[in-house]
Amino acid sequence: MRRRLYLSTLAIFLLAAPFMFTARYSQHVLILVLLYVALGSAWNILGGFAGQLSLGHAAFFGIGAYSAAVIASKTGLSPWWGIIAGPIVVLPIALVVGWICFRLRGPYFTLATIAVGEVVRLVALNWSELTGGAVGVVIRPSGFSGTSKVPCYYIVLVVAVATVGLCQLISRSKLGYYLMAIREDQETAESIGVDTTKYKLIALAISASLTAVAGAFYANYFLFVDPTIVLPLALSVEIVLMAIVGGLGTVAGPVLGAVLLKLSSEIFRNEFAQANLLIYGALLILIILFMPDGLTGGFRRVAGLFGRKPRRVSA
Amino acid sequence: MFLLEVRNLTKRFGGVVAVDSLSFSVSAGETVSIIGPNGAGKTTVFDLITGFHDATAGEIIFGGSNLVGKKSHQISKAGIGRTFQLVKPLRGLSVFENVLVGAFAQTGDRDEARRIADDILEFTDLSSLRDSQADGLPIGLRKRLELARSLATGPKLILLDEVMSGLNPSESKQAIELIKRLRDERGISAVAGVEHVMQVVMSISDRVIVLNHGKKLAEGRPEEVASNPEVVAAYLGKPD
Repeated sequence: MRRRLYLSTLAIFLLAAPFMFTARYSQHVLILVLLYVALGSAWNILGGFAGQLSLGHAAFFGIGAYSAAVIASKTGLSPWWGIIAGPIVVLPIALVVGWICFRLRGPYFTLATIAVGEVVRLVALNWSELTGGAVGVVIRPSGFSGTSKVPCYYIVLVVAVATVGLCQLISRSKLGYYLMAIREDQETAESIGVDTTKYKLIALAISASLTAVAGAFYANYFLFVDPTIVLPLALSVEIVLMAIVGGLGTVAGPVLGAVLLKLSSEIFRNEFAQANLLIYGALLILIILFMPDGLTGGFRRVAGLFGRKPRRVSA
Repeated sequence: MFLLEVRNLTKRFGGVVAVDSLSFSVSAGETVSIIGPNGAGKTTVFDLITGFHDATAGEIIFGGSNLVGKKSHQISKAGIGRTFQLVKPLRGLSVFENVLVGAFAQTGDRDEARRIADDILEFTDLSSLRDSQADGLPIGLRKRLELARSLATGPKLILLDEVMSGLNPSESKQAIELIKRLRDERGISAVAGVEHVMQVVMSISDRVIVLNHGKKLAEGRPEEVASNPEVVAAYLGKPD
């Protein structure tokens, strides 16, 4: 009952937000926050639920973004088709990557995903006929990407809510429990009938496809892609940070992480000029020191201190 | 018709022959103990049957089909459950969730899986710990959780690796009681690996197989095996 009240309040706030914050910059920050909510949540399906820490998600984001850009520049179609084309292009790539990389476990898997990210970045940089190389691709605005940011806000809201909603569904399903079993112990999982290779591939496929959707949205919103913007390792790291700071393997974690980190990084950039990264780093250190399980874990402990029965989140 | 039939099973690790041309069988509803000193090859036999190791030679026939070359999850699906010598709880999950993951092997439906998990918790007397974190349990309960999780997959045969090690006398008694009820109430066959010749374990076994250096040393009814001079020698050494 209470939960329903919170959720409806949140829904009303999200729907009304662009009218409460009418400044273009505020709307821009809201769009960024929602974009990272989607990215952190999509990553969390593979990294948090299944425990396969990927540091190569920029590759899927970038491929999604380039799908939108290339569709517009080569075919003249609307770049919004990228939201459908992005996952279609990413899916076979993700499956091949997974088929190879899932032979590796733990840190070796993570290293392999870094390599995947770098390979995709270098391909984008050198395949000039398709990607424009280092010059990148400028996209002519089409459809909703005009002067107002409001349409883009609602589109990214749909993307973010759908991604978080899917995470919630997965976390309560057979798929979610199988992924958690894989995270905790792959041998145990196998011994109780979990096809670990298959389920890891499913997690990767969903995670990569959702990331590509977010990438395609990004291309439509910024109307420009180049390898240093949509394919850097720093982006992969930033996506992971959202989930880790918020709380790995929880549905709420990446949402809270994205809100806190994106908001504070924008605020710090405006308030502290050159020192913004210093302050941002200090914030990260404080969270890691005092909330090692992320924000969701920290909140649960605080709730516990005040005698409220902490609601268990599958983590 | 046997439920499980192992024929000439052999496993070499380099020059070491861990299991040496071992043959045995288990009938439906039968409880068999495999006893043998540390290093006799009990765990390797379980790992071979459940696909965690590939056999060098031999056949493992279960329900009419050969399991050699099958993957662990396929063998679980075929109806063989197992526990691990070093218990492997899914640490971040609760007792209930550990068993629930097992139950999802029988159904994709969440409510049905929850019903199965609760039934198994009841059967293994773990209901009172339903919402405890799995990694906080003492060893005796972790072993029982291990068994419960495996039972939730609906096995016809369950392999229990070192069921008794690390348990105190009252925990052992409960464990034995539970193994007995597997057969009597659920009709599930069990193969229990046990390091020492324990009268209690033998007492619930229909048959005992003695392993030494990967070979079958003796097989028979518990009382026959316990008085077999070769078995006594394997444990205590031969008198000069």
